[in-house]
Amino acid sequence: MTEAVPALLAGVAAALLLGAGWAAGRLHARHDGRGAAVDLGTPVERATFHTLHTASLAAPPLRAGLTEDAARKAARRLRSLLGTEALCLTDRESVLAWDGPGGDHHELRVMARVAEMLESGRGLSVRTECERPDCPLKWAVVAPLTGEDGMLGALVAYGSRESAVLVRAATEVARWVSVQLELSELDRSRTRLMEAEIKALRAQISPHFIFNSLAAIASFVRTDPERARDLLLEFADFTRYSFRRHGEFTALADELRSIEQYLALAGARFGDRLKVTLQVAPEVLPVALPFLCLQPLVENAVKHGLEDSTAECRITIAARDAGSEAVITVEDNGVGMEPDLLRRILAGERAGSSSGIGLPNVDERLRQVYGDPYGLVVETGVGAGMKVTVRIPKYRAGVHSSPPGGGPPGP
Amino acid sequence: MNQTYALTAVAVVVLVTVLVGALGLRISRTTSDFYVASRTVGPRLNAAAISGEYLSAASFLGVAGLVLLQGPEMLWYPVGYTAGYLVLLVLVAAPLRRSGAYTLPDFAEARLESQAVRRIAVLFVVGVGWLYLLPQLQGAGLTLEILTGAPHWVGGVVVAVVVGAAVAAGGMRSITFVQAFQYWLKLTALLVPAFFLVAAWAGDGAPRASFDAPAVFGRHTAVTVAEDVRLSLDAPLALTVTGQVDGRAHEAAPLVLAAGEHSVRAHARLEFTPGTPVPGTRTEAGLGVSSWSQPLSGDERGYRLYATYGLILATFLGTMGLPHVAVRFYTSPNGRAARRTTLVVLGLVGVFYLLPPVYGALGRIYAPELALTGDADAAVLVLPERMLGGLLGDLLGALLAGGAFAAFLSTASGLTMAVAGVLHQDVLPKRGVRSFRWAVLVAVLVPLAGSMAARDVPVADAVGLAFAVSASSFCPLLVLGIWWRGLTPPGAVAGLVTGGGAALSAVLTTRAGLAPPGWAHTLLAWPAAWSVPLGFLTMVLVSLGTPARVPGGTAAILARLHLPEGVAGDRVGGTR
Repeated sequence: MTEAVPALLAGVAAALLLGAGWAAGRLHARHDGRGAAVDLGTPVERATFHTLHTASLAAPPLRAGLTEDAARKAARRLRSLLGTEALCLTDRESVLAWDGPGGDHHELRVMARVAEMLESGRGLSVRTECERPDCPLKWAVVAPLTGEDGMLGALVAYGSRESAVLVRAATEVARWVSVQLELSELDRSRTRLMEAEIKALRAQISPHFIFNSLAAIASFVRTDPERARDLLLEFADFTRYSFRRHGEFTALADELRSIEQYLALAGARFGDRLKVTLQVAPEVLPVALPFLCLQPLVENAVKHGLEDSTAECRITIAARDAGSEAVITVEDNGVGMEPDLLRRILAGERAGSSSGIGLPNVDERLRQVYGDPYGLVVETGVGAGMKVTVRIPKYRAGVHSSPPGGGPPGP
Repeated sequence: MNQTYALTAVAVVVLVTVLVGALGLRISRTTSDFYVASRTVGPRLNAAAISGEYLSAASFLGVAGLVLLQGPEMLWYPVGYTAGYLVLLVLVAAPLRRSGAYTLPDFAEARLESQAVRRIAVLFVVGVGWLYLLPQLQGAGLTLEILTGAPHWVGGVVVAVVVGAAVAAGGMRSITFVQAFQYWLKLTALLVPAFFLVAAWAGDGAPRASFDAPAVFGRHTAVTVAEDVRLSLDAPLALTVTGQVDGRAHEAAPLVLAAGEHSVRAHARLEFTPGTPVPGTRTEAGLGVSSWSQPLSGDERGYRLYATYGLILATFLGTMGLPHVAVRFYTSPNGRAARRTTLVVLGLVGVFYLLPPVYGALGRIYAPELALTGDADAAVLVLPERMLGGLLGDLLGALLAGGAFAAFLSTASGLTMAVAGVLHQDVLPKRGVRSFRWAVLVAVLVPLAGSMAARDVPVADAVGLAFAVSASSFCPLLVLGIWWRGLTPPGAVAGLVTGGGAALSAVLTTRAGLAPPGWAHTLLAWPAAWSVPLGFLTMVLVSLGTPARVPGGTAAILARLHLPEGVAGDRVGGTR
């Protein structure tokens, strides 16, 4: 039994250690949100803080747009913000969420009021004319929720009596919700822009690259028909991959395959001046990553190393396994770049002529998918070459590679 | 045993492991001849890697030790360790790969879209990982103690330092090659000496009588008891004692102990003449030494039968939830390859497990006193010296010692990687690369401290406990998550906490030695038989009670888990 005590202690210590680490993380994460509640001010200030806190809790779900799920999560917060008997959120056709009592018999007739409001375009304050004596919902305030394209729906707040305060408060809350919804539309349009940029990237394979590749292939047709044929096949595969239309993500193996084809074509043009080294840990080949997020980096390296200088160009592409992440680096010994200029290009302040939309777009997409810590890391200097490092988590919810060639080459 | 050879072998294994890990088989190609992109890890390489990582000290030393101690019924261990992959193959392998999850918490998050389930899963990954690391470090301690006489803790520290340093330095770059190499090393280290030993046994007239009789000392044997033991004798026993027996000190005194129980103090040296039956120690007293070759006989038949079922359930269902096994499936390019990999693993692991029972049986004949000192796990290591002796015995012993260290290193590094990865990702606050090193430190230090504090349990037994926790927590999560669309996040949390929690507390109680004897002890020491059904039942019932919480994307996720990648890609891509 004497040995039992240290063993038990070790077990308890392990559990405590784990718990402590966890708690530290949680505390750190929550610190900002809780600060307001701990700092006691005057009653008025406290009421303000409380209101702001409730409002901030209601905001995140609304950023997803006016959906049933978002409305259900937000309605509870909004009702406590308004302090009403019941609260309901609708879109133009139906009730999305009802918080509070009376949903069973009011839900049916509320849409008539909302339709009335949508027609007039103005908020209403009306008697509910509910026949049930025990129902506290005697008075309803219908306030419009507007987005960029007009009215999206309505916020209906129920009170037990007519009250100017309720009308005012409900109108203000509806306006605040409208702002959140507009932000969500903004989010969506930003996503759409990003998708458009990916499409642009697909179409972006520069005409120069096509001309040059075809010219290089043509030069082999007589002297080395076998090689010309191989190059043409590479060219076909490369364009098929780059122009493919389905799937936002791809496997690292497929992305590397396309890079390989790109380099083969570039090699045909530049001959011995292009030296490529690849070091790829086979463990990370199945990692899913955003489509066409490495190829622009390699294109960049080739451009810096070959087109802007006359010396031999060495490009090293390495992918290694780092626990729950894959680390990919693309390195060239080319002309490099002024760091400040690069910073401005990445920040989008200057549409860099030489980098096209490649680097900033890759950076933006990586941040969007994996979060800010996963942006591009670029080490460069004038005449010092350039090294771009990308970290890709092996798993992230919603990131799944779609297989190559799953769909037709496209219309 | 010749220390120089053995230590050299251990040092070579450590060095080669670190070197292959750090430098790796670097794949460097120029554009003219490279197809790296299509060179994903094939099923055979990956299977060897999985097997290399999986075959731990429990397999290399522990199984032989248990067979020596308790007889053929312990063969359920190797059977279970292998059959676990059959369950994995049929139910889990391909869908787990298709889920895109790297770790088990990833799978929980992907399937249930819930951070709460993820956090609970993290707790269990860390718990199972530590429970599994503990016996690896203890086994290393035992091995070095036998080889060099170093104190018990040295081996554990050596393994912990080597593994911690290699993983923290990012050294395990080509981990797949390292682990595949370790598998073949382990197989060779066990196979080659086995040939010589079996030949020696045949040359010795193939003595098999002792299978059905009490084990008998084959020659003049001296045993130094490491800790206090109680001997239980069925018949009077003559021996020579230096040290305390039954509270009286003796100095090289010949003694005849009457039938019944006798207590021997630690460090007593007992000398037996040839032909003396090996006395049973108290802990094994109930097993009935005479029934060694007959499973499930003896006085405590009920206990044994129950324990066997507990063992079968734990090992069959626990394999899928081992953190270091799950992460290796990510290396397969797709679900089909993952399934093929598992099939090859079944073959590789099955071949390997043919060998330890041979050592166990030979140990029963040639080194029976190990049952007395409690160091039965050492059977594999001492046999070549016992049976062959001379230079050949030394060399084969060195080979076995190297193989044993390969077992500690590969399993420990795989586990450390898995546990540290989860700690880094989900538990410790994010502080860049350095925090991964902190995670490695925590991942290694906790089990190291545990290995020094905890009571010695046979290595294979201790690993069995980790399997029990894994089977009670992750098996329901994986099986129901993959095969039942009604699973909800509250159900998963309840099942993990109830099933896994019950198994974990039972295991901790047993390891701390707090379990009362009798049925209570048996139930707590073999929790799987009740905790696995408990986990499944809780998960199903709570899920049925919360039908509104079925995640919205369930249909899409199940389609992706079960359809081959090409088909699922189109479907899922289409709805996106």
